[in-house]
Amino acid sequence: MSEFDQMYREVILDHYKNPRGHGLLENADAQADGQNPLCGDEVSIFVAFGEDGDTIDEVKFSGRGCAISQAATSMLMELVKGRSATEVATLPRDELLDEIGIPLTPVRLKCALLGLSTLKLALHKAKGTPLPDEWAGMADELDLK
Amino acid sequence: MGGVAVTTQAKLDAPRLRADFPIFEQQIHGKPLAYLDSAVSTHKPRQVLDKLRTFYETSYANVHRGVYTLSERATAEYEGAREKLARFINAPAAREVVFVRGATEGLNLVAYAWGLVNLGPGDLVVVTELEHHSNFVPWQYIAKRTGAELRMIPLDDSGELDLGELDAIPREGNVKVVANNLVSNALGTINPIEKLSAWAHAQGAIMVVDGAQAAPHRAIDVQALGCDFFAFSAHKMCGPTSVGALWGRRELLQSMEPFNLGGHMIRKVTFEETTWGEVPAKFEAGTQPIAEAVGFGAAVDYLNDVGIDAIEQHEHELAAYSLGKMAEIPGITLYGPPADRRAGIVSFNLDEIHPHDVAQILDMEGVAIRAGHHCCQPLMAKLGVAATNRASFYLYTIPEEIDRLVEGLHKVRKVLG
Repeated sequence: MSEFDQMYREVILDHYKNPRGHGLLENADAQADGQNPLCGDEVSIFVAFGEDGDTIDEVKFSGRGCAISQAATSMLMELVKGRSATEVATLPRDELLDEIGIPLTPVRLKCALLGLSTLKLALHKAKGTPLPDEWAGMADELDLK
Repeated sequence: MGGVAVTTQAKLDAPRLRADFPIFEQQIHGKPLAYLDSAVSTHKPRQVLDKLRTFYETSYANVHRGVYTLSERATAEYEGAREKLARFINAPAAREVVFVRGATEGLNLVAYAWGLVNLGPGDLVVVTELEHHSNFVPWQYIAKRTGAELRMIPLDDSGELDLGELDAIPREGNVKVVANNLVSNALGTINPIEKLSAWAHAQGAIMVVDGAQAAPHRAIDVQALGCDFFAFSAHKMCGPTSVGALWGRRELLQSMEPFNLGGHMIRKVTFEETTWGEVPAKFEAGTQPIAEAVGFGAAVDYLNDVGIDAIEQHEHELAAYSLGKMAEIPGITLYGPPADRRAGIVSFNLDEIHPHDVAQILDMEGVAIRAGHHCCQPLMAKLGVAATNRASFYLYTIPEEIDRLVEGLHKVRKVLG
């Protein structure tokens, strides 16, 4: 497979063109915004918990981004729905990267992980779960209201 | 031959000049490199690379320090480069040219060394919606620190400054600084600096020009521009990274506080106090990028040999050619003014396709363009987009590269459209 066909393989294009969980969630229990300063992309993540207060019942995202970030965030929505927030807060990034399944340069890695970082930030704000590495030590600077 | 007093500038021969640039001897993803990102940084010709090597091998020492032969030789080369730069921008004197790390540092120097002392509550700093962050963020920051306020000159729909409401600004405060780029890095717009300089001076303000995108592409005459400061970077004009120059009016430079403090910039240091050296030494603390400055001089020699007017002409032709070709692509949005009022820069978006994807697919075709906000986030907000694609040209750009860009864009639409 050529480099090109790998990067824009069918499953990526499918998630890009038909993103799962794209939209807003009214009265979300957890919410956060993330930015990629490289390209100015922004993503917002919304989470609603189940009755146990921990299961991710609903999760949605909004914002615009490149095919890699849109597809990765779309896959993320499918990956975490129905799982516990505590577990997702420490979800190894490789679990998402395996799902994406294409080689990513360090620059594109940021695109692919923007959604996951923002989701973890949302969970941190709502439940005090650990911050992802990217945000660690920045709690004071982040707008955590 | 002979007997002709005036010769017209020969048209530049881009395919021949291309041979001066070793970078083009390689392939990217199995294809010849089409480098359409010269606005972010240009490649370096052998003449500049050779100069750096020769200087290090034969003439290198620290400057303005030793009395030995090598130091004298290095100092002569370093100061010789300053003189070349002064001639290149028609500065009244070489000592008004300060070596800095790049245009960004030059603009920060003015914002800190002039702005911190001269700005205060009730004062206005006027910038434009077209600025690169380097001529925007320092002013926003220094204005906040001093209690001054920022005012924006707006853009019109063609990406040019709208000066219609200019005279309303002084009613809101004392205009102390007007800051603008001569050429916009994001849209290629050529701005009316002469007019703004005259207006700034009528308000009693200083005129600060970001020349980073202009100096590589057109003849610069700081006296004709009428500005007070002009900053530019070597790396955007065939020179090394990490060196640039700030020209300033002598009386302003002399009256200003220093920016960086340390060695070389002093007249006398005691345990109690320090007095500053003469301009430009006052602004050149520490060991300077010596070889890079010498390389900057070699880059200016190279551009002079090619002919700066020929470069400008070449870029206008490429801008017109690319705008014509690209306008035919379905779903394309082109930003910025008509070809005759812009430098060799074309910013665009393709349908709703994210610029990163456009640039990624083009890269696989060996075509390098910029995708992003171009350090102009306020401008992107004004255009209502997060980012654009940008193709930019220089003296080594050939029309075939633009043809490959256009072909690549058709492929992008096929995959992601």
